[in-house]
Amino acid sequence: MSEMLLSAGSTADGPDLAVEFAGLRLKNPVMPASGTFGYGEEYSPYMDLNRLGAIVTKGLSLRPKAGNPTPRIAETNGGMLNAIGLQNVGVDAFVEQKLPFLKEVQTPVIVNFFGNSLEEYGQAAQRLSQIDEIAAVELNISCPNVKRGGIVFGTDPGAAAEVVSLVRRHFNKPLIVKLTPNVTDITVIARAVEEAGADAISCINTLTGLAVDIRRRRPRLANGTGGLSGPALRPLAVRMVYQVVQAVSLPVIGVGGIMSAEDALEFLIAGAHAVQVGTANFVDPAAMINIVDGLKQFCQEEGVAGISELIGTLRC
Amino acid sequence: MKNIKTTILSNQEVSPDYYRMKILAPGISDLAQPGQFVMFRAQATDEPLLRRPFGIFQTGTLPSDCDGLPDKEFVEILYKVVGRGTAIMRELHEGDRVEVLGPLGRGFELADDGREQILVGGGIGLVPLYMLASELVKKNKVRLLIGGRSRKDVLMVTEFERLGVETYVSTDDGTLGEQGPVTQVLERKLSKFPDAVVYACGPMPMLEAVFRICQPRQVALQVSLEAFMACGVGACLGCVVKGAGHSEQQPHYLCTCKEGPVFRAEELDWELLEKRVNEGEHSHE
Repeated sequence: MSEMLLSAGSTADGPDLAVEFAGLRLKNPVMPASGTFGYGEEYSPYMDLNRLGAIVTKGLSLRPKAGNPTPRIAETNGGMLNAIGLQNVGVDAFVEQKLPFLKEVQTPVIVNFFGNSLEEYGQAAQRLSQIDEIAAVELNISCPNVKRGGIVFGTDPGAAAEVVSLVRRHFNKPLIVKLTPNVTDITVIARAVEEAGADAISCINTLTGLAVDIRRRRPRLANGTGGLSGPALRPLAVRMVYQVVQAVSLPVIGVGGIMSAEDALEFLIAGAHAVQVGTANFVDPAAMINIVDGLKQFCQEEGVAGISELIGTLRC
Repeated sequence: MKNIKTTILSNQEVSPDYYRMKILAPGISDLAQPGQFVMFRAQATDEPLLRRPFGIFQTGTLPSDCDGLPDKEFVEILYKVVGRGTAIMRELHEGDRVEVLGPLGRGFELADDGREQILVGGGIGLVPLYMLASELVKKNKVRLLIGGRSRKDVLMVTEFERLGVETYVSTDDGTLGEQGPVTQVLERKLSKFPDAVVYACGPMPMLEAVFRICQPRQVALQVSLEAFMACGVGACLGCVVKGAGHSEQQPHYLCTCKEGPVFRAEELDWELLEKRVNEGEHSHE
């Protein structure tokens, strides 16, 4: 699909897609959601990674993690459940084996990471702060599929604040915190991480779901429950982004079921400064590139000079 | 590897519920190796959402419709209608728009060093064996042991025979060939040709049985696995299988899509594969 290829970050020929927030300047607001894009290299045969606003890695932990038993994924209506279990190569292997490739790409790298304990979150943050090539981190306190290492910290405002302020002490570059929708009131957590020193919020991670194999009368996933992603999730995600944008003064990255430029625009208009694309990458490796092109086209059609003019323009 | 929007050249029923589909796929067809697969999607809606993996049956070139146009390089897949995705595929016709990503994964290693070549296919599992056979017959005598539940599940025998492959058919109900599992034929052949190499693709219980026969005889075995997967490129980590030496303490997962779908038998943890079968892994479409 190289006929669609434009030079990276080119703005001379039309609307400006660049966005700026939390100390990051991105050539456009489109980036992958952690866990749907590997470490970038997996998708490089199918797309020009230079055309993305940022690259967000698979969630890393200090030590490698094996992940959950199989089956780990199940398709559902308008979405899928996953319980991968944060399988990853670990920070050291990432630096040795994956980062050299990413260094060659002219796109900021955001490392998603998590820990099994407060201490591990701190150690991982310390280790990541020493790596120059990392533009920002995204702190995962929201994985629904592992007992520790995520959601325990993301569903309690006190625990969330504690882990964010610990990481903040070790990491000077932009700190994004990814929130879970599996709470009664997401704004409570959002305020807690804002006060604890976060620079931005990604919302949302997957919503916990259960799919049943009716013949075996057992869950379709070995883990039992899994995280729901895909277009089925989108209205819920747009609502939560809107709520968080109202509740805090931090910039928000919108995530949840974005398949097209139109979907991405819903999040931007609701107040997100950028968007993450997840399940759509599985459906079509060209999804993010199509979204970038679609945003540009929309701005042209609407007579909008820069995409940032659209952010938070929802009239309620 | 290419991600293309393209069109269907033909889509024909070959047996009740089984279809073969030729897809125009320049840039994929010429790269494809035996045992590789493509991710395929026809619907423009979000239902069903994900692409489906299909083993490549064969690649080739059809003459263009008129002078001046390039010849039509195609990949051909073979599928059984089992769910929502394949029910949509059944209704497709020549000229319909589809999306194809491929060729993907690691294919078969050709162990064509003069040893007897035995292919074992169960049901739709014979798909990747055809392209393999067409390579192997160039240098070797090739035997195909093909099994299925019933007559209608045994496909493409004539096509294999046209390649010069010697075929042995068995069905569970005896409606075609000899009655019984394909593995009973394999045991006979391996008694006769103990130095053979075996390539197998089919349902997990069949692969498991093939492994149990080959292992004590120290017969080199490659198996092509099926798995439900979302991406096909090693990103989602949804299709992993346990590799040899896997344990809770030292986990060793392999991506079916990227490190497979073809594995040497010794690369896999068969105890755990067996467990997975017993747990009744839900099948993909």
